[in-house]
Amino acid sequence: MSLKLKKYTIITGHYGSGKTNFAANLAVKAAEEGEKVTVVDLDIVNPYFRSADFAELFEKKGISLAAPLYANTNLDIPALSFNIEDFMSTDGKVIVDVGGDDSGASALARYKEFLLQNADDIEGICVINMYRYLTGTAAEAVEFMREIENASGIPMSAIVNNSNLGEETTAETIENSSAYADEVCRLTGLPLKYTVDASAGAEVKNRFPAEIYVKKIWEK
Amino acid sequence: MERNLMKGNEALAEAAIRAGCKCFFGYPITPQTEIAAYLAKYMPKNGGVFLQAESEIAAINMVLGAASAGVRAMTSSSSPGISLKSEGVSYIAGSDLPCVIINVQRGGPGLGGIQPSQSDYWQATKALGHGDYQLLVYAPCSVQEMVDKVTLAFDMADEFRMPAMILADGLLGQMMEPVTFPERKTELPPKPWATNGHGFKREHNIVNSLYLVPEELENSILDRYKRYEVIKANHTEAESYLCDDADIVVTAYGAAARVAKSAVNRARAMGIKVGLFRPITLWPFPVKEINEACKNAKALLDVEMSMGQMIEDVKLAINCSKPVHFFGRTGGVIPSPDEVLGEIKKLSDSNQ
Repeated sequence: MSLKLKKYTIITGHYGSGKTNFAANLAVKAAEEGEKVTVVDLDIVNPYFRSADFAELFEKKGISLAAPLYANTNLDIPALSFNIEDFMSTDGKVIVDVGGDDSGASALARYKEFLLQNADDIEGICVINMYRYLTGTAAEAVEFMREIENASGIPMSAIVNNSNLGEETTAETIENSSAYADEVCRLTGLPLKYTVDASAGAEVKNRFPAEIYVKKIWEK
Repeated sequence: MERNLMKGNEALAEAAIRAGCKCFFGYPITPQTEIAAYLAKYMPKNGGVFLQAESEIAAINMVLGAASAGVRAMTSSSSPGISLKSEGVSYIAGSDLPCVIINVQRGGPGLGGIQPSQSDYWQATKALGHGDYQLLVYAPCSVQEMVDKVTLAFDMADEFRMPAMILADGLLGQMMEPVTFPERKTELPPKPWATNGHGFKREHNIVNSLYLVPEELENSILDRYKRYEVIKANHTEAESYLCDDADIVVTAYGAAARVAKSAVNRARAMGIKVGLFRPITLWPFPVKEINEACKNAKALLDVEMSMGQMIEDVKLAINCSKPVHFFGRTGGVIPSPDEVLGEIKKLSDSNQ
């Protein structure tokens, strides 16, 4: 598959939707297609399990990583060290992993003016997971997406269905979420860009084969 | 059964709502803040009260008040915040009040760090405040078990009129796992002792931890300790994994037990006879269960995310009858399965 990424891919979603794992997969695939890729970890909500965890993987794949100043340290300060000028002048493709709720998405609002000026270069992806407790119905998922859009000021332009039950995910788990994803697309009028499948072999629309990079320490 | 993917902290919060908790008082601190954030959104929708207090000390004293009125009440924090609550916890124990306290542990001492740790074992099991008293302490090791233990903690706290603690850690609080929730509790046992208004229909109830006559205070403590004996005899819980033929038994609780289990499986694949003993109740410590689990073992290996605190209870429980070795990482560093495997191999080689 060819990704044909736009200049900026903004990835949002509820924490637990698997957006960080999706962002890592997207970055690796783009790099393997020969793109110059920068991942921006804009997550100021989660203290652990974040894009900045993949520094080693990204280095191996030649992917640049821009993480908050104190990510994965003991400093509990959600400081963002990168400025708009850096953001604009980055060569290649930029993938932005945004924090998993409306307060996380407010970090994105800082770049709103610049992003809206370049709307044609931006893909806003909302990652959904039917098995998350509070986004289990299409209506809830859409409500959540609206909260993120309101907080960030950036409209979403595509849906990625990453429905999974963690280590219990089977092909059936993913296939059973198709109707949910279709309903989210219908309610929002947005296209279903991908259905993520981390090697479960599901038969689904726009299948995006993925690796599981977000692992617990006892699975490593 | 409906399965949902939940973050540990959210699952703790939802489990409390379903257990009939009607009052939550807290103060934000990483890595447990999602508990408060979740309850701020959903407690009011479930007919309860969420209140962010001005401090941890205020929050625990609000729990005392709500518990005294007979309401299921909870607070949560992480290590430094739990230290602040210790005075209130002692008063709650001294007043024979039920409540649930969640500690999502992080590195200490002092302000320490925000990464996961297990260095509050002593505080939870020996001395969360002054005086002769114990807390019920549960140490779940998965998101599902956190849900189950919150439910149990509320029930046990009510039954024995004492505070119960969920001793989790940052890793358990932040990680995602599939869970199934129990049905909502609709009926709770009556609390005839509650100070919830006598309506001129009964004598007024008194909730208090101050005694002017030493003998009366002593009697109140002796009564409490009789209840502790009932709990010790009937309510210990532990998991024994591949212990029957084990030459080496690894002891670990919480997230460290997940790491240890991976190491045990890897060692078994190499032909080493090793098992895992995981206490689920830390107070009371599962004495009978650990002696059963390590009856054929030549040595024990205690693994903790601390400098070694539970190891003292392990040694006491087996009456120092076998050598107990230790491996731990601390300050927010989590041991890896391969590090633990290395320690198991070392022990196995020296046992040959």
